[in-house]
Amino acid sequence: MISKLGFGKWALPLYAIIALTFLMIPIAYTFIFSFNDSLKTNIVWRGFTFNKWLDVCNQQEVCEAFGNSLIIGVTATVCATILGTMIAIALVRYRFRFRSAISLLLFLPMATPEVVLGAGLASEFLTAGVDKGMVTIIIAHTMFCVSFVVVTVKARVSTLDPALEEAGRDLYGSPNQVFWRITFPLLLPGIIAAALLSFALSFDDFIITYFNSGTTNTFPKYVYVSAARGIPAEANVIASAVFFLAIILVLISQVSSAIRRKRLEKVS
Amino acid sequence: MASGAFAESGADLELVGIQKRFPGFTAIEHLDLTIPAGSFFALLGPSGCGKTTTLRLVAGLEDPTEGRVLIGGKDVTKLKPYQRPVNTVFQSYALFPHMTVLENVAFGLRRRHIADPLGKAHEALRLVELDHLATRKPQQLSGGQQQRVALARAVVNRPALLLLDEPLGALDLKLRRQMQLELKSIQEEVGLTFVHVTHDQEEAMTMADTVAVMNKGEIEQLGAPQELYELPRTAFVANFLGQSNLFTGKVTGTTSSAITVDIEGVKIIVPSKRAQRHTGEVTVGVRPEKLHLLLKAPKVDSSVNVLGPGRIIDVSFSGVSTQYILTIPGIGKVTVFQQNMSSGPLAHEGSEVWVSWDVEHGFGLADEPAASPKFSADTDTATIALQKKQALMSELEEA
Repeated sequence: MISKLGFGKWALPLYAIIALTFLMIPIAYTFIFSFNDSLKTNIVWRGFTFNKWLDVCNQQEVCEAFGNSLIIGVTATVCATILGTMIAIALVRYRFRFRSAISLLLFLPMATPEVVLGAGLASEFLTAGVDKGMVTIIIAHTMFCVSFVVVTVKARVSTLDPALEEAGRDLYGSPNQVFWRITFPLLLPGIIAAALLSFALSFDDFIITYFNSGTTNTFPKYVYVSAARGIPAEANVIASAVFFLAIILVLISQVSSAIRRKRLEKVS
Repeated sequence: MASGAFAESGADLELVGIQKRFPGFTAIEHLDLTIPAGSFFALLGPSGCGKTTTLRLVAGLEDPTEGRVLIGGKDVTKLKPYQRPVNTVFQSYALFPHMTVLENVAFGLRRRHIADPLGKAHEALRLVELDHLATRKPQQLSGGQQQRVALARAVVNRPALLLLDEPLGALDLKLRRQMQLELKSIQEEVGLTFVHVTHDQEEAMTMADTVAVMNKGEIEQLGAPQELYELPRTAFVANFLGQSNLFTGKVTGTTSSAITVDIEGVKIIVPSKRAQRHTGEVTVGVRPEKLHLLLKAPKVDSSVNVLGPGRIIDVSFSGVSTQYILTIPGIGKVTVFQQNMSSGPLAHEGSEVWVSWDVEHGFGLADEPAASPKFSADTDTATIALQKKQALMSELEEA
């Protein structure tokens, strides 16, 4: 009995520490080696330097791939969020022909293996005679991001009391005004969540991108290709920066919501 | 609706031949209704009777299948909700959660570009005594406060017509009483036409100056609350507004001023002007508090109707009054309310008693006797629950 209790006491924390360490090692490795004074390859530790951080675009290819990924991510996110929000509202608020068929079709890109999606799209572009590049990547990313946006925003729309929009119309708001002053602000948390999700999905997508990018390089594609001959430390810099940026964003949103909650409690 | 201007005063509302069908059922069969300007009008009925649909038709949130809606003599049937000089206090209040109380109230004014929206919003909030909470968000207010904000948000626009959709339903009893009085005084103060939808007969009677009792998409009777109570036209009204004792029998004699109805061998006299029908089978009724409970058979008197003897089967004491239920052989159950003038009950379970009432207190109903159980199957809660379930199932199937 006692030994059992003792085991429970240390086993769980130990397991947690091991699991966390295991997860953190690659990230820590990436971060540490972004300070390596490396030459072409970044495998052996050659001494500490800030140079890679100060001069990221020294390796032109890394920066260009990163820039492409940003452009693709932002464009695909904007397109997917606008389209997805409109689809979500239509699916919840209106009854129309093929409504259930559309809901079902929207689930498919999430369920289909990425290899199949990527290959399918690639052959589609080939048949249509579209040159692969930035545009085809954006189209592909928008396609699978829309599904995630619809699912996220739909959940928000269905919790929105239709009486609120009716009240807006009753209080002399034109359809336009009701949408922008009532519906949109109330859906905004869901829309932001959907946009962040689709940016993250687009930014690190490799498989679908690989099939449809032609010669255009994205950050994940660059990392994958150069892994064979050694990834330059500049890639580590960008990866670390993205990681910390994400952590900081999460912290800011947590802290600000905690502050807001405290202020609400004080008032009431 | 001209922007930048308020309605001068309340306006008449006229519904002409309104019919509303939804896929699968008809909410309103045929409705003609005129509500004069400046009145406090209540639409009273059980759930599912079409009263909320009527309100939504007036607000423009639903389009009638047939018929016309006129406000102040102007046909608004084709106008969108935001083009109608009408405001609604929603059952759920529907306050905008992302705006402060003040911005909620100013919303309608801003949409119509009325000068000094914030000043007018503050004024409306002072009317409902909530100006000190103007900077709060709706979810920081209590139910009663939210209700008052919803009212201020509607009243501030000075609509020709203010629609209230069971706005007091979510409040507890004490708060509801308080809000009823407040609503009434606000209506008198601002002089708008109020149309109030409710299933609470007491609320309708205390607040409204005209009540329309609705059942199954039609208006059963319309009039002043006292008039409806004292002289109901149908069994539905007689039982929905308070309680009634109803007896059915054949008319055996007619004089210029009264009819005599034979109820299981007992002659009951009803004044002609209080009876809707003067021949054939008729249902006569009397309110329980109009009955006198007697321990001895009374002397024969042509100005008093007597039934009995019967036996008391239940006595329940409720403070100001006592309710007796007795059965009279061949006639059935009769309910009597007696004020507790002396301490202790007048009679006990099993006592032999008679009941009597002034001829002037009886009324005769318009229903065909066969149709008298008007609480028919499709208005009870079980049927409504079933309908809801079916609607839900079909929606699920579709999804």
